[in-house]
Amino acid sequence: MKLGRFLIPLGVFALLVLFLAVGLNHSREVGVLKSPLVNHDIPQWELPLLNDPQHRLGSQALKGQWYVLNVWGSWCPACRQEHPVLLKARASSSVRIIGVDWKDDDADANEWLTKLGNPYTDVVSDRAGDTAINLGVAAAPETFLVNPEGVIVYKQVGEVTPRDWQNEFLGRLPPELARSAP
Amino acid sequence: MSPRSRSLPALVAGLLALLGWCHPALAVDPAQLSDPRLQARYEVLIHELRCVQCEDNSLADSDAWIAADLRREIRTMLQQGKTNRQIEDYLVSRYSEFILFKPRYSWRNAWLWSLPALLLAIGVTVAVRLIRQRAALVDQDDSEPT
Repeated sequence: MKLGRFLIPLGVFALLVLFLAVGLNHSREVGVLKSPLVNHDIPQWELPLLNDPQHRLGSQALKGQWYVLNVWGSWCPACRQEHPVLLKARASSSVRIIGVDWKDDDADANEWLTKLGNPYTDVVSDRAGDTAINLGVAAAPETFLVNPEGVIVYKQVGEVTPRDWQNEFLGRLPPELARSAP
Repeated sequence: MSPRSRSLPALVAGLLALLGWCHPALAVDPAQLSDPRLQARYEVLIHELRCVQCEDNSLADSDAWIAADLRREIRTMLQQGKTNRQIEDYLVSRYSEFILFKPRYSWRNAWLWSLPALLLAIGVTVAVRLIRQRAALVDQDDSEPT
């Protein structure tokens, strides 16, 4: 009985420690939606090019190559933060970087690209926002890395930092794409 | 009763009456579906689904762009004749189960659903043991009542 008196509070305390530890461990991820699409085929998408709406680009045409899909908008402050990182990424690697201009005004988007520089190999436009929903986008910026089989191998929620680019993107790409073309 | 305390129920009643006015102001979404049955299902769905950006609001309460787009997507799917389950499945497949305010029952979260019952069982066991112990103490007590 004496031992029981001692064990019960100890057990409660251990449980409390366990719960707090789990909570603390998860706190870094609070507010970050884990996409159920990671490690699955990217949902089929096809969007018109920003400055050439007659032509469309999509998952079907991109099968067989690695690409980065960056969802942004000229209205998005975090995208402005991320922008220099993307410019540098474009200059120092040869992977295709596709910008999805999300719920934006074409003129604003073009002004942004000419003023701040264009980090994208291609820019497509999702005016209505239904492709973004199909890709599970909650807020800009979000960035996908898609492999030649069309599988999303990584998704970044929020801005890509130089470190993320190095570790999460370049680290997954084959070496010939992870450096700039000769 | 002082005049002040007598006026309190009136004040409370007045404030409660004012609450009635708040409700229409909260309705963010003026969209209407032509079929009233679809409209009713739509209202239920947007209250049960979370706005993925402003995470503590439902789709019905949020004026974020993404919430408006998700509501439009839901209206489209309703008009295409999709069931509520199909609509929820689609959104879960894109945004994870987080988008449902009420998580689904699954083996992964069974411990969560069973926790209240477990805690109740522990509480009842402890209470019963304590009561029995105390009752035993009373039985053994042979001191004279004072």
